[in-house]
Amino acid sequence: MARTAAKHPAVKRTEAPKRTRLLIATRKGLWTLSTDGARRTWKLAGPQFLGNIVHHAMLDPRDGKTLLVAARTGHLGPTVFRSTDNGKTWKEAVTPPAFDAGSGRVVDHTFWLTPGHTSQPGVWFAGTSPQGLFRSDDGGANWKGVAGFNAHPQRKAWCGGDQDGTPDGPKLHSILIDPRDAAHMYISMSSGGTFESNDGGADWHPLNQGVRADFQPNPDLEYGHDPHCVRFAAGNPDRLYMQNHCGLFRLDRPATRWTDIGTGMPKAVGYVGFPMVPHPHDPNSAWIFPMDGTDVWPRISPGGKPAAYRTRDGGKTWKRQADGMPKSQAWWTVKRQAMTVDRFPVAGVYFGTTSGEVWGTRDEGRSWKCLAAHLPHIYAIESV
Amino acid sequence: MNHRVAIPSPLRSYCMGAATVTVECAADSPSLGDVLAALESAYPGIRFRMQDEQGHLRPHIKVFVDADVERNLAARIPPGADIMIVAALSGG
Repeated sequence: MARTAAKHPAVKRTEAPKRTRLLIATRKGLWTLSTDGARRTWKLAGPQFLGNIVHHAMLDPRDGKTLLVAARTGHLGPTVFRSTDNGKTWKEAVTPPAFDAGSGRVVDHTFWLTPGHTSQPGVWFAGTSPQGLFRSDDGGANWKGVAGFNAHPQRKAWCGGDQDGTPDGPKLHSILIDPRDAAHMYISMSSGGTFESNDGGADWHPLNQGVRADFQPNPDLEYGHDPHCVRFAAGNPDRLYMQNHCGLFRLDRPATRWTDIGTGMPKAVGYVGFPMVPHPHDPNSAWIFPMDGTDVWPRISPGGKPAAYRTRDGGKTWKRQADGMPKSQAWWTVKRQAMTVDRFPVAGVYFGTTSGEVWGTRDEGRSWKCLAAHLPHIYAIESV
Repeated sequence: MNHRVAIPSPLRSYCMGAATVTVECAADSPSLGDVLAALESAYPGIRFRMQDEQGHLRPHIKVFVDADVERNLAARIPPGADIMIVAALSGG
């Protein structure tokens, strides 16, 4: 489908911001790290929602002040908290994401939050575990299931049963809204694969050609894949980057077959990981954070030597970036939402670890520094 | 009929910190579901945290009617019975 070219406001090259704040969602609450335009010193604040399992926290870039937090506790069911004053005060959603009564399905947790299109202020989308897609039209106060997905006759075939999926539960994630067309959307699922809608979510079709699914007897499936994270390239919503359970892929629309971009990774490191983080200004550049996907899948930094890898050529080649990180005996990894970039002309890149550390670089990965430690297991980091 | 309901600490934010509240049910012998509905009317949002969208109590929520555990939301609550909601162990 041809779409007119327009820059995504979230990837438009801008002046250096005066400040940056990281929203750090953890297994025990929400923290923030703030810095000024120099990005040399950081101030940790929090916790908010102490004791809550916070899977994601996201700012609405359309108004710059509405924050949503996806939370649950060990005892209590999943909910969404909302702030309209940048986190000073919070209210709980009146109607949190929940499947239809009688459907037999139960939301375990809301996993992913995406603000809607710029032409639709107040619209948000949420992805849940197990896989469900929800929409709010009032800034996150009330949520309804997107019937075009949740009640799609093929949904169960696409997703498998609610007991299938990742160790922490099957998830719907990577909700992408085409900045040129509010009706054009992508979602991805672990497991299920990547799907596209051209009608605002009323109908969906799989978009997984060329993506490996080594864990299936038939490796050339239409759906049933395990994308871990899918993102738009900077300023080019016709380019998607994917970190998958079985490799690294890129899709340049209108093509429908993904290109394997993992062949340039060192064999000793492999191409498995969770996050995929495009550069904020360069559509050919992105970062990944590999983990050990061999043997019994330890899901830690390969060899205990953590490193980010960066491509500058759309995934043909990848360069190791680990200066400042531990050289050995560091057994953490980085979850799929726990790596992000800021908007500076020379981008800062940030990631949070399963061991509760936040690391950052202000020179696009040439050197890294630990910005905070001793936090709980980090699930997500967003730079706002 | 009024019933006293003990509220566990994770849910007290819904009832202004109260450890015990009293809810009024229309029936003399309401069901446990009726009591939870009355609780929701008085303290909006509290029910979904302990009861899922299919109407089942969540795994780590226990409800005692007097001294007995009750998970059947259709069970009748005897007049004067005290209800205690417990947020049971849920891991580290």
